[in-house]
Amino acid sequence: MMALFPQPFAPADPRRFGPVSRWPAAMKLAAALVLVGGTALVPANWSAWFVGVAVVLLAVMLAGRIAPGPLLLRLLALSPFIAGVALAAAWHRSGALDWRIMALRSGLCLATVILLASTTPFGELLAVLRRAHVPALLVTTLALMQRYLFVLGDESERMNRARASRTFNRSRWLAWRTAATVVGQLFVRASERAEHVYDAMCARGWR
Amino acid sequence: MHIPDGFLDAKTALVTGGLSAAGLGYALRSVRLELPPRRVPLLGLAAAFLFAAQMVNFPVLGGTSGHLVGGALVAALLGPAAAVVVVATVLIVQCFLFADGGVMALGANIFNMGLVSTFTGYAIFRLVARVLPGLRGQVAALAFAGWCSTVLAAISCAGQLAWSGTVAWRVGFPAMAGVHALIGLGEGAVSALVFLAIVRTRPDLLPERAHAGFAPAKVREFVVLGLLTALGVALFVAPFACPWPDGLESIAARLGFAHREWTPLITSPVADYRVPGLASPGVSTALAGGLGVLVVFGLAIGFSQLVVQKPARVPANSR
Repeated sequence: MMALFPQPFAPADPRRFGPVSRWPAAMKLAAALVLVGGTALVPANWSAWFVGVAVVLLAVMLAGRIAPGPLLLRLLALSPFIAGVALAAAWHRSGALDWRIMALRSGLCLATVILLASTTPFGELLAVLRRAHVPALLVTTLALMQRYLFVLGDESERMNRARASRTFNRSRWLAWRTAATVVGQLFVRASERAEHVYDAMCARGWR
Repeated sequence: MHIPDGFLDAKTALVTGGLSAAGLGYALRSVRLELPPRRVPLLGLAAAFLFAAQMVNFPVLGGTSGHLVGGALVAALLGPAAAVVVVATVLIVQCFLFADGGVMALGANIFNMGLVSTFTGYAIFRLVARVLPGLRGQVAALAFAGWCSTVLAAISCAGQLAWSGTVAWRVGFPAMAGVHALIGLGEGAVSALVFLAIVRTRPDLLPERAHAGFAPAKVREFVVLGLLTALGVALFVAPFACPWPDGLESIAARLGFAHREWTPLITSPVADYRVPGLASPGVSTALAGGLGVLVVFGLAIGFSQLVVQKPARVPANSR
């Protein structure tokens, strides 16, 4: 898993963050949506809103005794696109739109989502969705994806390692064909696993 | 192509959110009605597959590498409605678990990559595969569909950024369309190679309806998803792609900040998508686009000839 998700990208274990991870997930999700929605959409001259959001985020970090280091690292790792667009906007000096406001908005929203993801187990968020009458098929699909994401990630890593130990001196063309075969094989294995999962779900009284 | 938060204004976020909620809701309903219960877990596993497949690197020039996006591939493997659900699931998990793509921009991201990319990929795949016969035809069709879906999703993204007033159309369109016309070549080739690998190992996993005609339910599904895609494209792209000065530009001119023009970051060989020597920018943009599409179509056919050889010439252990 380490190779698949280098540290800054890997979602942190939500149970580590004491009090905040025990707050009700519905409340955290609603609060995060309000913060993100407001930050993304309020007029640029509402500086009080931006300061307020930053204060709230800091307070949550303090309340949860969350070390800022890993969160900052993830924030930086996830923001090259924002940095790119902000740079382009700064370069072009378009007066209509201030790139600093845009970067501030994106950064605050990103920090909110990272904080939510690292203090709330995904399963609790899914339970909130289920209670909010999101279609059951979507919630099931989300749950299965989250469950098998890392399994299939590990599987693809294993296949890649096995392939690398068997082939050498590859041309680029051959590398593409073998990588495509690995991906195709991954789909075949995912389909086979889906059959097993279905049998297991039926055995446990699904539907 | 994941738009982060803060790049879209309220109206764009609302409209894209509405369009993708409608599209996803319709796709969920359609999948629930037509998919046998045995295939339901496949949706979640296909989403996990797509996510894991995006981690497999394909070496490009130098030390750089690219990865699959997969809208057209998933649509060809599972059909359009299931593909909308799968790609939307991937985007939701990427947004909330990995903070990749904005929460307020989730609607736009689902619209571009979940609806535009899968629907156009599926439609083009089916149309071209119907014209070109055999496995070669399917491979060529998917290679072409992968390119088209990538470029169209990028153009839709550029349209949304322009509609929000974040990145002007004359900067965003050439940059997004130009870069993704290159990325799309890789996407098409990888989609076709993966499809070929699956056809050769487990042809039974593919939907048999590749040969059969459309059932009435399928036609309805096709029409609804197509209409939603077209509606979005009409909203985000048409105002800018039309040769007359568009609404935003005329408002800008009237308000007096038209002089704050953006200059393009990259100048492409067919600069600004215009064939030199033609007066009307609209016509020459369309011509340059058509020329590019024809060239890529030829490339896709050549690619399929190269990849799918006569059956006797493929040794069993070359997989």
